[in-house]
Amino acid sequence: MSDNRNVKIRVRNLSKVFGNQPKKALELRDQGLKRPEILDKTGQTLGLSNINFDVHEGELLVIMGLSGSGKSTLIRCLNRLIEPSEGEIVIDGENIPELSEKALLECRRRHFSMVFQNFALFPHRTVQQNTEFGLEVRGIDKVERERVARESLKQVGLDGWEDAYPNQLSGGMQQRVGLARALANDASVLLMDEAFSALDPLIRGDMQQELLALQHKMQKTTVFITHDLDEALTIGDRIVLLKDGEVVQIGTPEEILTKPADDYVRRFIEGVDKSRILTAESAMRKVRSTVRDSDGPRTALRKMREHSLDSIYITDRDRHLIGLIEAEAASQALEQGKDKVTDAMTLDFRSVGPAEPLHNLFAMFHDNSFPIAVVDDSKRLLGVVVKGAVLDELAQAAETPQTTEEATVPAGDE
Amino acid sequence: MAIEIPRIPLGQWIEGGLDWLTSEYSLITRGISRVTQTGIGGLNEALMWLPEWGLLAIMAALCWKVANLRLAIGAVAGLLLIWNMGLWEPMIETLTLVVIATFVAVVFALPVGIAAALSERLYRGIMPVLDFMQTMPAFVYLIPAIPFFGIGSVSAIFATVIFSMPPAIRFTTLGIRQVPVELIEAADAYGATRGQKLFKVQLPLSLPTVMAGINQTIMLALSMVVIAAMIGADGLGSEVWRAIQRLRPGDGFEAGIAVVILAMLLDRITQSLRKQRKSG
Repeated sequence: MSDNRNVKIRVRNLSKVFGNQPKKALELRDQGLKRPEILDKTGQTLGLSNINFDVHEGELLVIMGLSGSGKSTLIRCLNRLIEPSEGEIVIDGENIPELSEKALLECRRRHFSMVFQNFALFPHRTVQQNTEFGLEVRGIDKVERERVARESLKQVGLDGWEDAYPNQLSGGMQQRVGLARALANDASVLLMDEAFSALDPLIRGDMQQELLALQHKMQKTTVFITHDLDEALTIGDRIVLLKDGEVVQIGTPEEILTKPADDYVRRFIEGVDKSRILTAESAMRKVRSTVRDSDGPRTALRKMREHSLDSIYITDRDRHLIGLIEAEAASQALEQGKDKVTDAMTLDFRSVGPAEPLHNLFAMFHDNSFPIAVVDDSKRLLGVVVKGAVLDELAQAAETPQTTEEATVPAGDE
Repeated sequence: MAIEIPRIPLGQWIEGGLDWLTSEYSLITRGISRVTQTGIGGLNEALMWLPEWGLLAIMAALCWKVANLRLAIGAVAGLLLIWNMGLWEPMIETLTLVVIATFVAVVFALPVGIAAALSERLYRGIMPVLDFMQTMPAFVYLIPAIPFFGIGSVSAIFATVIFSMPPAIRFTTLGIRQVPVELIEAADAYGATRGQKLFKVQLPLSLPTVMAGINQTIMLALSMVVIAAMIGADGLGSEVWRAIQRLRPGDGFEAGIAVVILAMLLDRITQSLRKQRKSG
């Protein structure tokens, strides 16, 4: 999906040593020594070692790791708030570690906006003035920057708060200002350093959804740091997993969950991998609409249109599952003058019992993207599971154990 | 037989150095002297030109504006008492010296403080110097002041500036250094230059601390200006000095009380200014 997009930032062989003899530490690293031994021998801390990854244009890349994994160091190396010890960070053809001080300023202004864990708002400036900061530094004239700042405050739902000071706002609102400041700057990459970690869980959930919506709308390349796997799974297009300053795995949330690279990742996702206890039933939602086996293709098409579906399940009068018909097949059947939906149906879908473990469902979505039918012992249709719901359910389960309510599914997908 | 260790002639060296400085730079010292003298004279005359009730009204209005009515009433009462004791003119002379000394001290202290905050090396170099300046008994500064500037108010200003400058430097450095790292990071991340960072983030955020330093400087300046009566500075200090010489404790205390009133006024006004900025 994201693989065929352009690469926005290319990170190669990036390492960072904290201390005054980085060369020595890196030599030992090349001899195969690990972080603790290097610290013992030289007193140097190997913060990051040989990091390689790409950030694609328009994607939301999550860098995830526990404290001490080097994720904060990594994001600060990208805009050189921390000087990398070796390696390349190439953005639009510019190698950031080689930039002169002046070129670096220009690069930061053009390419990077940053949102901080503890907001880092200027307490002596109003919300409006905080939002204008990036533009002001760039020397944009007053009228223009006021307009842009107002616009981005509106985008984060803070219109009317322009003249307030940060200490008059709640944590969630302060971070909205942080986000507005970043958006106003209109840099090509958004860096978010544990941006939601200081917020309480409810607000955090809201902010994640808003970020997703914004990201969807603006297609802004985003690098998001977090220590929270649920957050990573919820918002990330791809996840880079860090451990002790090294990359352990890079992949989509599904890949991380289904194909953990090693024991560390496996242990890591255990907390979230409630799929062993979660079942198809928990991720299932009611069927919006079905057609009867006696209905014609015209009815099927109408129902699909009404509920904006691409396919619809066919049952008999007792709701026993018979088959599935796709919109395309139905309209062909209509042209060919067939009068039964069963003539155009397919059996190439999956059905599972309500007790089927969720993690088995991942693999099923590999072959086709039809919603999976959930049926009882006598093949009666109980509900369907769509792809997004599985991940959603997993993410939620980690926070609130044993949810059995209907999974929240964005309408209109599949 | 006793071993004789030759006495290190530290005092002689210093004296020699001072003599050399005095003769070598007499042109400069004379220039400074003239400028300062003019400043003192001008400010003093301006303040004396105002009728007593005029200055009273200005002080009351100022106190009311920066603080509250209570301070305004206190200021009026205090100043009336000074007027009543017949110490108005010495009080004005002292005030003049304090204002000028503080002004000069702050003009030097701010850039030095900022530079020390931004450069670790300068910081390490300057802190012992400040310790030296503050712990050296205040009287000692009076002695070299005389060969430089002669007896009188200019010497008093010189000694006072040296004595009262350290807190302004220290607090400026402290204020800038205690700006949270993440705010500096935020400024850097958005591509602020050093200058932009200083004027848009570091200085505004350190202002309350800098004001506290200036408040300290004013207080030290006031105490030094009084002591400087020993080298011929006019003002309340010379009233006290005269009372000591004539053994008249009453007069001495009256002048002392006037100093206390002036100190309290200056302190409260600058502190209110600081709080006002803080809650800005």
